[in-house]
Amino acid sequence: MANHMHDPAHDEGHAPSPFHATLRDYAIGFALSAVLTAVPFWLVISHALASSLATALIVTGFAMAQMVVHMVYFLHMNGKVEGGWTLLALLFTVILLGIAISGSSWVMYHLNANMMPVPGKMDGMG
Amino acid sequence: MTAATPTAGADGARAAKAKAKANPAASLTARYYALDEHDHPEGFSTALGFWIYLMSDCLIFAMLFATFAVLGGNYAAGPGPRDLFDLPLVAVNTTMLLFSSLTYGLAMLAMQQGRVRGTQAWLAATALFGLAFVGIELSEFHHLILEGAGPQRSAFLSAFFTLVGTHGLHVTFGIIWIGVMLAQLGKYGLIAANKRRLMCLSLFWHFLDVVWIGVFTFVYLIGMLR
Repeated sequence: MANHMHDPAHDEGHAPSPFHATLRDYAIGFALSAVLTAVPFWLVISHALASSLATALIVTGFAMAQMVVHMVYFLHMNGKVEGGWTLLALLFTVILLGIAISGSSWVMYHLNANMMPVPGKMDGMG
Repeated sequence: MTAATPTAGADGARAAKAKAKANPAASLTARYYALDEHDHPEGFSTALGFWIYLMSDCLIFAMLFATFAVLGGNYAAGPGPRDLFDLPLVAVNTTMLLFSSLTYGLAMLAMQQGRVRGTQAWLAATALFGLAFVGIELSEFHHLILEGAGPQRSAFLSAFFTLVGTHGLHVTFGIIWIGVMLAQLGKYGLIAANKRRLMCLSLFWHFLDVVWIGVFTFVYLIGMLR
């Protein structure tokens, strides 16, 4: 302890960096989220688009956009909080998430497709 | 460098600081020369640590989403999403959670302004929206189970109840945490420790809303399109 140089610059790197929230952030985040929630629900309930695939893709896009909106305006994510470590941890998690979900779907879809057809199998499988 | 050797005293440290000011490269060296354990303010790493916890929680949900993606079409000749889901009800539920995110944000603003009563009031509003959310979800589950579409009916319903139930359980614990913080604020006010806890709870609560975006999109909306 005695030998530790008390360097102010060093402390800055460690100090808790509480975010400073503003009403503007929450208002923008809420308004954007409301729109990004309402449109997908409307698309699915009203069957506005003939193609289910197109609707699914658009709905997924809206969900991704809303997740980013929540991250930025509600969770106050940016590259500066905690010296960028939270953003790095988030990116790492997103990569794992992508591998787990897309990998599982891919493998299991092909597993189902490669199964021997079973006569009289119950419908709705796969 | 000499400033950090065991023989260096306060004079040495002062000399090194002066040197560091004159030469930026020297100050860079000094910053990376802390070999000893040194003091940190209490809770300095709580926010990052809590964020790492949330990321691990995120992985739990990733696995449950992956499970649902794999099993979501296996109805075992039982009811599917079109037969079971009530989208207007899900929209109301989503709205409850979105409002609760806004009211939690307003609680954080009140906290920043040092208003204990305001913080408590907005936290209570958040808890009420959270309770409405959990209440609607439980009534949905109750309805499904009464219809014979319980978690044991098909792989789709097992995956559905696990994923949505885990999220609902998180929200329930969030509400309990809000209750604890209301009591803490009533007893100790806006002390540094309570502000830190409220910040962690804020991350937790907003994180649950982000997970819910995934749930209502991939389970309910896309389920209806299957």
